[in-house]
Order: sequence, then C-alpha cells, then structure tokens
Amino acid sequence: MLRDQDRIFTNIYGFGDLSLAGARSRGDWDGTRDLIAKGRAWIVDEVRKSGLRGRGGAGFGTGMKWSFMPKEVSDRPHYLVVNGDEGEPGTCKDREIMRHEPHKLIEGCVLAGVAMGAHTAYVYIRGEFIREGQALQRAIDEAHEAGLLGPDACGSGWAFDVRVHHGAGAYICGEETALIESLEGKKGQPRLKPPFPANVGLYGCPTTVNNVETIAVVPTILRRGGDWFVGLGRPKNTGTKLFNISGHVNHPCTVEDEMGIPLKELVERHAGGVRGGWNNLLAIIPGGSSVPALPRSVCETARMDFDGLAQAKSGLGTAAVMVMDKSTDIIRAVTRLSKFYKHESCGQCTPCREGTGWLWRVMERMCDGRARMDELDMLEQVCRQIEGHTICALGDAAAWPIQGLLRHFRPEFERRIKEYAERQKQAA
Amino acid sequence: MSGPAQVAPDGPPFAFTAENEATAQRIIGKYPAGRQASAVIPLLDLAQRQNGGWLTLPTLDFVAAYLGMPPIRVYEVATFYTMFNLKPIGRHHVQVCTNLACWLRGSEEIVETCRRRLGVALGETTTDGLFTLSEVECLGACVHAPMMQIGDDYYEDLSPESTERILDALARGEQPKAGSQIGRQGAEPVGGLTSLTEFYQDIPAKPGNPPGNPGGEA
Repeated sequence: MLRDQDRIFTNIYGFGDLSLAGARSRGDWDGTRDLIAKGRAWIVDEVRKSGLRGRGGAGFGTGMKWSFMPKEVSDRPHYLVVNGDEGEPGTCKDREIMRHEPHKLIEGCVLAGVAMGAHTAYVYIRGEFIREGQALQRAIDEAHEAGLLGPDACGSGWAFDVRVHHGAGAYICGEETALIESLEGKKGQPRLKPPFPANVGLYGCPTTVNNVETIAVVPTILRRGGDWFVGLGRPKNTGTKLFNISGHVNHPCTVEDEMGIPLKELVERHAGGVRGGWNNLLAIIPGGSSVPALPRSVCETARMDFDGLAQAKSGLGTAAVMVMDKSTDIIRAVTRLSKFYKHESCGQCTPCREGTGWLWRVMERMCDGRARMDELDMLEQVCRQIEGHTICALGDAAAWPIQGLLRHFRPEFERRIKEYAERQKQAA
Repeated sequence: MSGPAQVAPDGPPFAFTAENEATAQRIIGKYPAGRQASAVIPLLDLAQRQNGGWLTLPTLDFVAAYLGMPPIRVYEVATFYTMFNLKPIGRHHVQVCTNLACWLRGSEEIVETCRRRLGVALGETTTDGLFTLSEVECLGACVHAPMMQIGDDYYEDLSPESTERILDALARGEQPKAGSQIGRQGAEPVGGLTSLTEFYQDIPAKPGNPPGNPGGEA
C-alpha cells in the first residue's frame, strides 16, 4: 500500500493553502536552482532512469521523448507545450493539478524546459476549464513575482516563461499535432508524422508536447531521485499515478496510488466499492473512453498499469476508471461513446469522418436489436477498417470500445437481435 | 433555394471596447512577433463575451482584420470549435454533460429537470432570452457526475433538486454557489479520505450520494 510520504500530489483535493507559500511548505520549488545547475543531460537521464511514461494516454517514455529534441539550439527556438486539453471521457485529473497543485506544474515546466533547451512553455488548457486557467495564471504571476519565472528563473540564469492558452471545445486538440495546429490559430486537425514535433513543431520549431501530469511529477522525481520512482509500481510501469474513479461506485473520487494496483483494490479501497457490491459489477472501462471495457471476470485480476491492462486486452490510457454495475445497458453506454467520437471527428480522414458516423448509426440500431446477425461481423470488420487507417488515433479510439464490446458481450447483441426479430414476427 | 449558407448572421459593426482592446493586446503579447494568429481563439472568445455570448459576421471580420488574417481562416476556426456560438444565445448557457460518466449517474434526469424547469428542448432558448439549454460532451469533471456548466462555472454532484435550485437562483438574478452541490472541496471521496490522511486528519466524511441519484448507497 502506497504510503502518504510517497505521494506526489499532497494537495490534490485543495485542502491546503493554494498560494506559493503553501506550495513551498509542501516542498514545491525546493532547491530548483540546484536541480537546474545539474544540467540538461542530468535531468533527461534522471527522468529516463525513473522510467516515467507519459501520463496522457500513450505511455511513451518521457526521458526518451525529451532526448529527441535537438541537442543544440539553432535559430529556431525550442518550445515545451503542455497538454491540458483533458477531454477523454472519464478523465479529470489534470484539472485537479491545475487548480490545486499549479506550482508543481510550473516548476515542472522550468525543469523540463531546461531539459529540452526551451525558454517558453505554453500550457494548452481546454476552453471550458476557465477557473482552472485562472488558478494556474495566478500561480504563474506569483512565480514571476518571486523570481521563479522570468529572465533569471530561480536565480539559475536560465530565462523561462510559462504562458496559458485556452482552446475552445474540441476533443481532437488533445492529439499533440492537432494541439499545435490549434495553438497556431488554426482548426485542430492532426498533422502527418514525420516530421515529428521534436523537429518541426510549434511555428515550425523543435517542440515537445507533454501531458500536465507528466510534467507535474518531474520536480518530485528529480528531488527524490529516479531510483525512488522506480521503487514504486512494477518494472516498466514505475511510480505513482492519478486515478479517476467514476460511474457506479459509492464514492467517486480522484486518488493517487501506485502503478500496478489491482483494479479491484483500487475501486474497493478508494471509491467505496461498486454500488451494490462487487458481485453487482457488470464491466469497467479502465482507462478512459478510448479503451475496451473489461467484464467482471477480467476485472478480478487486472492490474492498473500499461502492461497489466494491455495483457487484459485493454489499456491504461488516462487511468480514468468508469464503473458500470448490472443495471447498465452496456450497448447503450458504448453507443453514447460512439456518438461522442462522431461529434469529435475532425473530418480530415475519410475512414474516421465517415466511419464514426456509421458506427454510431449501427450502434443505435444494435441498442434495440434492429439489425441482422451478419451485421455483427460487418461491425467488427468496419472497426478494423477504421483502426490504423487514419492520421491520428481518434479512429482507433472510436473502434476499440466497440471491438471490446463485441469481444466480451456478443451474446447480448445476439439476444437483442433475436428478441427484436421475434417481436416483429409476432406483430406481423 | 436560398443562397449559400452564411457562416454567421449579419449584425451591427463591431470593435473592441477600450478595456477589451487592452486585453487583446496583452493576449497577443503572449505569442512571438508575427505569430499573432495564435491569438485567434482567445480573441474570438473575447469578442463573443463582448457581443452577448455569440459571434456575428462583423465580429469575425473584425477579429480577422485585427490579427491580419484572411477572413476565411477565422471562419474556419469559428465553425470548428464548439464553444463559439454562431447564433444568438440566452444570458445563461446551461450546458449539461451527457457523456458516459454523467449518464451513468443520472444525467438524463438532469436534462429532464432543466427541460421541465425552463420549458425548452435541447438547443433552444427561453422566450425571455434568459436561458439556452444544451447537451455537451464530457467536460472533464467525471468524478463529480452528474454535472453541468453555466457560464464560466461548473456545477457538480447534481441532483434534480439542486439543479432546480441553481436554475431558480439564476432566474432570480442571483449567483448560485458553483462547484460541488454536496459540499465536496475537490475530488476527494465523499466517504472520507482514503489517502493523505497523514496530512489532513481533520477532514470529515461528507454526506453520501446526492439525493435522487438512482441506486446510490442507501
């Protein structure tokens, strides 16, 4: 069980003093100058050693990602872009960081900036998070006033500034290249890669895009050492993680716990258990709307980290755990997600633009059983035709929940189709 | 057949107020010289706020000229992002999240409560122009489901009763208390802390699920 002293976000609920003084009393901005003085290579190395993997969903090694930035700064400045778009249904962790732990994020920006040769960070916050943006801006202003940001950040000689930028309600802007497009003042449509942002990113300059949580854990990792982080969680899935537990639980909450914690333990210890008891559980979506749901039998043993959930044929994603009890119409639930993806497709790639609408329309019929049996195979096939055939992963994300449903709940589809046909026959 | 669809309705000429002019300049200053197009989203937001919550064609053209962008680039942005309203909107934009996490905890009842209380369907505005009711996608407050956004604020842990109270208060011209409607400070579990107890020993457990939440813990 994770000890409180190993928790990074000690004010995640906002019970403590939110000001700079309060943040400092919890250890933020402690010895930042010395950490900067250890230099770029040391920071990248320590983060690599910690095994930290991106907390935005893809789980790419953070130290590795940073090492892709050019070693020398040419006439093109380097940028750090922090992804606070947080739109994946079920996910609400970055919000808590921005409103209750903003100084961890800002300090992380400075250290990450040094690690990639950047003097400017843009924090891209989803447009609806107005209060969160204000909280972060207040903290930035405080940091400026205290000399922690500015031409001589923390007295290190490194110039650094953090700027808040708001989006305007488009899920796709959580995709890193769409986010860059949006930040440049365009429609948020993903770019083809390569070139990768580390070479050609914001304004055509070398750029690294990291999730809010990823950046916010960096100061603590550097202070306590990569080895400390490795000592938590499991190999290749190190450290702690913020989990959002929503849906049919007794006490929905956000909580920081160790990577690899058994899903059942997470739900029972922190969220007060499944409504009506564990036996009343139907399924859990363990990592945000884009990952397949797990039936109860799999939930019994699944562990909450990248490899544990990949093994269970799902994914950690953003670690947004959505719990559904037996009262849930699971086909209706996934259909709601299909509607979401149809709404959020940016329209650039044909398989996604046309496919997400098709999936939604077919799923609507499946809810009532208004379909033929062979359409189940067709649905599965169309999912595969969307998956992997688009510029970004939104197409995959639209397909996976349906594929998961067909894998685990196919008899439910079949039952509805049979019953509907039966009713039609009787009515005729 | 009518002519080609217009991106936004016509309206009176538009220009920033002196105060917004200063804000706009401050926003543009966040981006490198020559990259002022980056400010298009924040400036459209500023224009929308000044213009009563929605954007007319003259406001779009004004922002385009202000940033030295071709108007079509601004139209693209204004039509791509859902937070830009291209038709008149009520003073209070009631946006109820109906995505999965909220749906699981009774967002349908919240929508129904709003519909009944306001007497309008989704996407409609009350005849007095006070409220527009919308269904929106996930707003990122899932452990506070069901929830809605009105103006700049989130109203969380809703029940039909608290929803009605909030709408009543707004109708009376009052500003209801934003955030959790069952007294949560943040995203802590209502049953009492399960972590960080070393630091916050005196945080009491909150009352259980919001009333009206179907199937909540008895």
